[in-house]
Amino acid sequence: MSIDMEQFKTTFIEESLEGLDIMESVLLEMQPGEAEADEVDNIFRAAHSIKGGSATFGFQDITQFTHVVETLLDQVRSGQRAVTQEAIDLFLQSVDIVRDMLASAQEGFDIDQAQVAAVQAGLERMLNSTPASEPAAATPSDDGATDEHEHGTSGEAAAPAGGGWAITFKPFPDMLRSGNDVVRLFRELAELGEFRAEADLSAMPALVDMAPEEACISWQVTLRGEIPREAVAEIFEWVDDECELTIHPLDEAAALTPVTAAEPETTAVAEAPVVQAAPPAAERRSSERRKSRSAGAESSSIRVSIDKVDALINMVGELVITQSMLSQLGEDLTLDKVERLKDGLSELERNTRELQENVMSIRMLPISFAFNRFPRMAHDLSSKLGKQVELKMSGEQTELDKTVMEKIGDPLVHLVRNAIDHGIEAPEARRAAGKAETGTVHLNAYHQGGNILIEIRDDGAGLDRERILAKAVERGLIGASEGAGLSDAAVYAFLFEPGFSTAAVVSDVSGRGVGMDVVKRNITALGGAIDVQSSPGEGSTFTIRLPLTLAILDGQLVRVGEQTFIVPLVSIIESLQMEQGRVNAIAGAAELYKLREDYLPIIRLYDAFDLRPDSTNLTDGLLVVVEGNGRQAGLLVDDLLGQQQVVIKSLETNFKKVEGLSGATILGDGTVALIVDIGGIIQLSQGGGQTRAGSAAA
Amino acid sequence: MATILAVDDSASMRQMVAFTLKGAGHTVTEAADGQAALDLAKRQKFDLVLSDVNMPRMDGITLARELRALPSFKFVPILMLTTEGGMNKKQEGKAAGATGWIVKPFNPEQLLATIKRVMG
Repeated sequence: MSIDMEQFKTTFIEESLEGLDIMESVLLEMQPGEAEADEVDNIFRAAHSIKGGSATFGFQDITQFTHVVETLLDQVRSGQRAVTQEAIDLFLQSVDIVRDMLASAQEGFDIDQAQVAAVQAGLERMLNSTPASEPAAATPSDDGATDEHEHGTSGEAAAPAGGGWAITFKPFPDMLRSGNDVVRLFRELAELGEFRAEADLSAMPALVDMAPEEACISWQVTLRGEIPREAVAEIFEWVDDECELTIHPLDEAAALTPVTAAEPETTAVAEAPVVQAAPPAAERRSSERRKSRSAGAESSSIRVSIDKVDALINMVGELVITQSMLSQLGEDLTLDKVERLKDGLSELERNTRELQENVMSIRMLPISFAFNRFPRMAHDLSSKLGKQVELKMSGEQTELDKTVMEKIGDPLVHLVRNAIDHGIEAPEARRAAGKAETGTVHLNAYHQGGNILIEIRDDGAGLDRERILAKAVERGLIGASEGAGLSDAAVYAFLFEPGFSTAAVVSDVSGRGVGMDVVKRNITALGGAIDVQSSPGEGSTFTIRLPLTLAILDGQLVRVGEQTFIVPLVSIIESLQMEQGRVNAIAGAAELYKLREDYLPIIRLYDAFDLRPDSTNLTDGLLVVVEGNGRQAGLLVDDLLGQQQVVIKSLETNFKKVEGLSGATILGDGTVALIVDIGGIIQLSQGGGQTRAGSAAA
Repeated sequence: MATILAVDDSASMRQMVAFTLKGAGHTVTEAADGQAALDLAKRQKFDLVLSDVNMPRMDGITLARELRALPSFKFVPILMLTTEGGMNKKQEGKAAGATGWIVKPFNPEQLLATIKRVMG
């Protein structure tokens, strides 16, 4: 039977990454000199599992590396080694190395061998340094006596040609209580050669005194055949401390007196510090693995709490009951049963709604998944920058859609890094400003309406309005005189312009090209928004607002001719009926509508999607004012229909990508409605108007 | 074929063990730690228990001891999955009532061979 180990590797990698996260968070909390038993147990167990799994699934490099880590942790655990800052740092570095090794196993890139070697050298130096009394006394002392009786291996190890073994086997009374069984042992022996056993009943009590659970028979076994001694010893491996056992070559057997069995030789091999041979699957791992997972960081599996699954099963149970009730009613439906039918249908509605809500919640994960990396990052960054930073987190249990979570990770890293690098001042500067030397960065997440809000708040110097303005002028974003009139919010918004960095010194930590514009773009792509508040000397707060899930959207249904479109509710600012006098047509370019002080480009949806509207007259239709990618426009539609939550179906996977549309959904009456990509359609219309949005829309 | 309780806090090991045993026709129930295994064992009879040693909540050695205290598990084979260095763990396991052990890392073939040893 051959089993492909590939299939378990994904699980192994996932659980190992989780184990590393646990190790990391425990290590970060650990103070030199005061390791709590629980903490050490936790990290030891994680390292131990990673080592065991990596050996099983054929990752020898990880096995070798974690072996040293595990040994050190074991010494810490057994109190032989004190926890020093150096040890904590080394363990943290080791966590990084193993994480890299796993990532490289998963995605097939090369890891920095020099760094691995450096950390490994550090670990080995530590292992050899302190006189961590080598666990020579590891074998329990009561076994010490038997260990002395090491069998002479010279004459016996080789199997006598054509000979066999004489075995005396006297189980201790308790042997059966360990689940071992004389019959099983004999059956195995019989498979090795010609087997014959004689029972010695002398120790057997009278029937009335007999305890059926105790072994009381001794055995003389002769086993003929060319059998290595190890094979025989291996069969008795599990019981050798629960019996008297002698194994002698047949011809010498008569001359020898029984001796209590020693450890079989096999254990000598097991205790030697060898790196075990790889399981057979190891050779074919690299090529297949690369195929099995894409390089993308978005993993395709999800961990769901068992409570959620149980709740689902429960609800499906209720649904089945409702269904059977309804089908019973349907068999002989008479008018007097209409009341019950109505009850059944409303029950069905409730079941369906609950089921929907719960299925959606499966995709939701606590945001701690995204937050978890920050304690480590804050720790490393602040020591690198010579700052004192305390990272506070709250609302870690707030749940967020898995896809959103994966995409919000990088922007968050950027913002936290900025807060520590640019926000929090150096200790001297803080002292001079009359603040505590330790700065605080607070990560907070909470729900508000249908959104989740994530705040990154620091108590640093705050944003420098003048410097941002100066930079904006320098980059030609505004004229030199315009700055004074701008609100703070408008000034801070410049931060999100491409290539905008006010850092006086581009440090090693931040300011390396990936700017706030990317942060904003990523957040916008998720249908979210980011804004900044800041006050000089007191700090800044970046607030990210994200939709709870990407799979469901609050939509405004609009009608254009025969076709229904869905406009995401979050993009709609207002809807209005136009007055002819406010429309300005610019020759060869877009039409504009004067809304209060602003001029809005008008996008005729029927034109964009090549449809026949009720009327092409602007004042007959309605203008839906929308905002996307920071730009506003008015969409001309025939009518506004209802608002409802819609489930987004991808057009790309089911059809093909269509410019100006972000997806489709199926309405209650079974018709398909297309979801307008607001940012995309504004882009299209301002690209000169000649490009038609997907003519496939009809 | 046997009904087997597989206990390991590592999901990948559980998957591997369960997949292998099911492939050989056994019925497998999984538990993620000793406590979960013990709770299962109090409600159901198993022909064999395979348990990891190092686990949260309840380790494999305590599990073996607790199982042996249950009337229905007095003679049921309990195999510990130990790592190669764990000689003292083997002894501890034996003292707690384990039948024997399988040394990690093992491959599916080795696992089946060992099961065959116990189950015949």
